[in-house]
Amino acid sequence: MKQQPGLTLIAKTVTRISVWLIVLYGFYIIFHGHLTPGGGFAGGVVIALAFLNVMLAYGHETVTRWLNISFMHDLEPSAGALFLTMGILGIALGGGFLANVVHRGTLFNVFSSGNILVLNIIIGVKVAMGLFVVVWSLAIFRFFEGGDK
Amino acid sequence: MPVETWLIFIVGFMLIGSIAALEMKDLLSAIIAVGIVGLGVSMAFLLLQAPDLAIVQFLFEIFSVVIIVRAFLKKDYHSEGEGQRNRLLGGITVLTLIAVFLLSIRLFKALPPFGKPLMTTARYYLENCASQTHAANIVSSIVLDYRGYDTLGEVTVLFTAILGALTIIRLKSKRKTEGEGQS
Amino acid sequence: MTLYLMCFALLLIGIYGIIVKRDLVKIIIASGIMGYASNLLLILFAYRKGGIYPILEKGKDMTGRVMVDPLPQALVLTSIVIELGITAMLIALAIRIFEKYKTFDITKIRRLKG
Repeated sequence: MKQQPGLTLIAKTVTRISVWLIVLYGFYIIFHGHLTPGGGFAGGVVIALAFLNVMLAYGHETVTRWLNISFMHDLEPSAGALFLTMGILGIALGGGFLANVVHRGTLFNVFSSGNILVLNIIIGVKVAMGLFVVVWSLAIFRFFEGGDK
Repeated sequence: MPVETWLIFIVGFMLIGSIAALEMKDLLSAIIAVGIVGLGVSMAFLLLQAPDLAIVQFLFEIFSVVIIVRAFLKKDYHSEGEGQRNRLLGGITVLTLIAVFLLSIRLFKALPPFGKPLMTTARYYLENCASQTHAANIVSSIVLDYRGYDTLGEVTVLFTAILGALTIIRLKSKRKTEGEGQS
Repeated sequence: MTLYLMCFALLLIGIYGIIVKRDLVKIIIASGIMGYASNLLLILFAYRKGGIYPILEKGKDMTGRVMVDPLPQALVLTSIVIELGITAMLIALAIRIFEKYKTFDITKIRRLKG
């Protein structure tokens, strides 16, 4: 059998099954950030770890082929810009910078607490994409450097 | 057993782990030993009633150990040689730090004992969070609602750090490929 | 007080590593240890005896119970993630230096002078 990049077949199969559960867990942490421990930062790191898991199992060439890296790279600064837009929207709709603009639901509901849920999702996307792009660049760099040895 | 005993046990373990991480010859063992310290911090956060931080610290530890190992594993692995240590600098540093430690004991005696809160500004948040923000997680409501401006600055710092890392990685590899094209 | 002193000792160990060690990987590890120590010290200041975690729950009886201080937790939460970005940046710098000088030893890097 031809030598393929990445780990063995067992590790690849387990990764293929489990990575979606990890991503789902990350989204759960982000969406319940205002009710349970967690939030945008923790959920973002979980999603970045899921992508890292795929990259360790399959090798970075496969990941580069599968995922649209430049889109991910653009998603990170645009998430930062969205955060700023939410702040300016607070000024535009009365109140101050970063004032609440979304309707606050009732306590202990998933869709409650106004701005917090929206900002949690934005921060989750930003942290996940930023960390994954950095790790992907580190992997790609080793690829370049290994050429002249 | 009270919380304090557990915490002294964990922090003592972390001290041993950090000394081992700094003094070990083999770098792979050192990286794994610093994992002990991070997971100890995570357990300490759990005992100090901060589950948010325990989750984030746990994930942080896994992530940093994985990327450090992945970044440095394939390089020609070296262990620290004997001759390259500067014994004079090491001795002076250890003596100075021990002196700082001994002199700061009086300073820490002036603090209130463990378990008495040092900062009391948070009472407002604890009392008004549920009625004002309708969020059950008070830490999350402070991060994103009361002090959202701080978080915007933090997002900027994170963006700058990641942009700096990307720039450092990508800048020269492009020049290198150009140089290869010329030669 | 013992806990505060032990935590301070952890910070001093990190400073020792940054000053004395010659290896770039060890220096990255030492800066990480300093970050852990300062985060832990802030959370130790926030603890209140008998306090519970600052998260409301449906139907939980809160009479006579106090919560720990949530403000330092919010500050440390952001600090941990920044630390992750800075670690990634330090690793990128170290790899760059290794590519140029083929060593992680900072004394040899100084001797070469660019």
